[in-house]
Amino acid sequence: MPAKIVIEDLSVAYSDGTESLRGVSLSIADRAITVLFGPAGGGKSTLLRALNRLNDLADVVTVSGHVWLDGADLVDPRLDVVALRRKVGMVFAQPVVLPLSIRGNLTYGLELAGVRGRSRLEDAAERALRAAALWDEVRDRLDEPAAALSGGQQQRLCLARVLALEPQVILLDEPTSGLDPISTGSVEATLQELKKRYTIVLVPHSLQQAARMADYAGFVLAGQLIEFAPGRQIFTHPRDKRTEDYVEGRYG
Amino acid sequence: MTAPNASPTPARHRRRVQRLGYAFLTLAAVATVAPIVLVVAHIVVQGAPAISLAFLTEMPRAGMRQGGVLPAILGTFWLTLGTGALAVPLGIGAATYLAEYAPESRWTRAIRVALINLAGIPSVVYGLFGLGLFVLFLQFGTSLLAGSLTLSLMTLPVIISTAEEALRAVPNSFRVVSISLGGTRWQTVRRIVLPQALPGILTGVILGLERAAGETAPILFTAASFFLPRLPQSVFDPTMALPYHLFVISTQVPEMPVRLQYGTALVLLAFVLGMNLLATLIRSRARARRTW
Amino acid sequence: MPAANWREFLITQLVRASGYSAILIVALIFFFLVRESSPALSQADPASLFGARWYPIEGHFSLWPLLGGSLVVTLGAALIALPFGLATAVYIAEVAPRWAREILKPLVEILGGLPSVLLGFLGFLVLAPLVRTTLAIPTGLTAFTGALLLAGISIPTIVSISEDALDAVPRTYREAALALGATPWQTIWRVTVPAARSGIVTAVMLGLGRAVGETMTVMMVTGNAPVLPTGPAALFSPVRTMTATIAAEMGEVARGSTHYHVLFLIGLVLFLLSLVVNLIASSAVLRARRRAERLLS
Repeated sequence: MPAKIVIEDLSVAYSDGTESLRGVSLSIADRAITVLFGPAGGGKSTLLRALNRLNDLADVVTVSGHVWLDGADLVDPRLDVVALRRKVGMVFAQPVVLPLSIRGNLTYGLELAGVRGRSRLEDAAERALRAAALWDEVRDRLDEPAAALSGGQQQRLCLARVLALEPQVILLDEPTSGLDPISTGSVEATLQELKKRYTIVLVPHSLQQAARMADYAGFVLAGQLIEFAPGRQIFTHPRDKRTEDYVEGRYG
Repeated sequence: MTAPNASPTPARHRRRVQRLGYAFLTLAAVATVAPIVLVVAHIVVQGAPAISLAFLTEMPRAGMRQGGVLPAILGTFWLTLGTGALAVPLGIGAATYLAEYAPESRWTRAIRVALINLAGIPSVVYGLFGLGLFVLFLQFGTSLLAGSLTLSLMTLPVIISTAEEALRAVPNSFRVVSISLGGTRWQTVRRIVLPQALPGILTGVILGLERAAGETAPILFTAASFFLPRLPQSVFDPTMALPYHLFVISTQVPEMPVRLQYGTALVLLAFVLGMNLLATLIRSRARARRTW
Repeated sequence: MPAANWREFLITQLVRASGYSAILIVALIFFFLVRESSPALSQADPASLFGARWYPIEGHFSLWPLLGGSLVVTLGAALIALPFGLATAVYIAEVAPRWAREILKPLVEILGGLPSVLLGFLGFLVLAPLVRTTLAIPTGLTAFTGALLLAGISIPTIVSISEDALDAVPRTYREAALALGATPWQTIWRVTVPAARSGIVTAVMLGLGRAVGETMTVMMVTGNAPVLPTGPAALFSPVRTMTATIAAEMGEVARGSTHYHVLFLIGLVLFLLSLVVNLIASSAVLRARRRAERLLS
């Protein structure tokens, strides 16, 4: 699989002096699911957010290294971050629906981008809902407030919201942590479908999910990338002792 | 089970102290609050006989001793409107800056200190400033314009602080999601944050304007006139106003019928309480419909 | 889309300008007060400025009687407002059942919204004669009457901010005290109130700050006699506050005269006074909040 994103020696430090990432380098393959796993506080979320520049919202003080996507360096302060975020979408751990209707949530990103025309927006909404496997459940209630949906439906709505912008990369930060097993299974199945068309980077909320989903996986510990390998390999025959200890459950 | 040298107060004694203490607190609270009820009731009872359609819609006669208070009502209305027109956009803008844009810096702290200061300045000092700047220096004269400008400066800190609180109450997750979908800060504020904060902002605006409507000192030298032959024709004319009118007829007009004094007081009270009620209704309705 | 970027930039600048306008306004007010009051220092005879009489017609411009008047009335208000305000706040926050709270809080809020001229009106018409007959003194227009009304004006501020401070005390404090065998009453006075101490002090300072700045109420009921208060008996005679002086005399004063400039000087004194009080009160609030955040995290 060709590389969609190339991360080169990325380091991120916060204003209170804590360093979140140190010299991380890896390639993220196109049309595959890359999983970033590891213990809490290790820097997985920071790494994920470096890919859509959402770290700009936190008090990050220094970023060094490069993140190459389609020939552009995402670390460059002159980068058009608005366009980037349409290309690289994100789904968060807690489903956060905007205080709008279901349709409003879906067309929000498009309206921000200046897309007009009722039919264009409607078509985009329907396509996104189908791709997120939510269309049949909500097709008759698009004007109802999104807050009325169940947790699993809301998270799939958040996924559809991202898909409506027709991104190239989808980032997911523990997307099923608040969901029941059935909803979790449904989201995972959807992701397996979506990886045929998109580049997916996933921070899983359990080791089992990591093993289920990963085409490629990277073990992140204390801000460093310890090991990166195809999924089948890293969970069965990890090369680094620290990876092995974590995968075997010796620490969490 | 007591240690040999300790002598704890028996539980019965402690309970009695508590009961007495609670009674004392209850009494104090009632004593504090009862006068409010008495005040309102007294004004309503004494002033109601004076209220009639004529009282509310006619011009005064015989040196204010007869007739109605229409010019004072209208004057207060226009002053309140003028205050709102100036203080609301500026106030919401400043609150938006503080809540959504301002970094943690020395300058931001300076703004906050300035706002704390403005909030505490006595209303009569605002009146002095209004006199010096608007009436004299800018030569607006004693006018609706000068009065509204002065009142709007006085109301600004109140509106800014309640608006800022309303904006901050909107969950941050909404902002993060909007940004992650490619939104700019202003788009996020305009499409999500401001609409969600609107009821809170509105409540603050109404409460601020309620205070402006009842103030006398800022308009004493900037807008108010006691005896005007006709209603103001433009913003450069002086105007009558309910609080000022009440002040003069109760302390400076000899042989002023008491009934009309109470009637005027009741109109002012109704104006103020009405706005209070409106604000409360908006606040509770918004709280009920909130989805976050 | 360059047009959208341009619009975004413009709006951001407007919003930033509104934020900074607060600094501009304060600076402007200060500047004007200084500008209009400084001639007083050169025109008025320094001896009179620090003398004991306020009698502008004969060139006596001492601020002391006025400061004294403001002080007496405010102190009197404090003596009344503190116990009642604090007791009410404690009652609402710690003792009152929910239904009582639902009645008391709006009532206190109503008191806070009453125009001062309304209170002055009732004070003039009803309270002053009552004071005169009850205390058998020549006139009911005294500092005492003013203090009573000012207490009424400060109490809502004291109650609402103190109540917030008491509410902010973590529940775990109370629970720990009760678990150790304290009665709720003891818990209130030995644990909760001390924990909310700085918030309560702030409440009192802000409430009294509001009292000092009051104009109409005191103008209508304190008798407006600019006499230097000497001794506690002054509480029951007429006085004149700084605020009332400005309000009463500004209308009749010739623009540009010494009297005019001295009135602005009084305004400047009031401005600086409120600045000091509010800065102290707010720094206490900021410090308390930071401490509370550390405790609660």
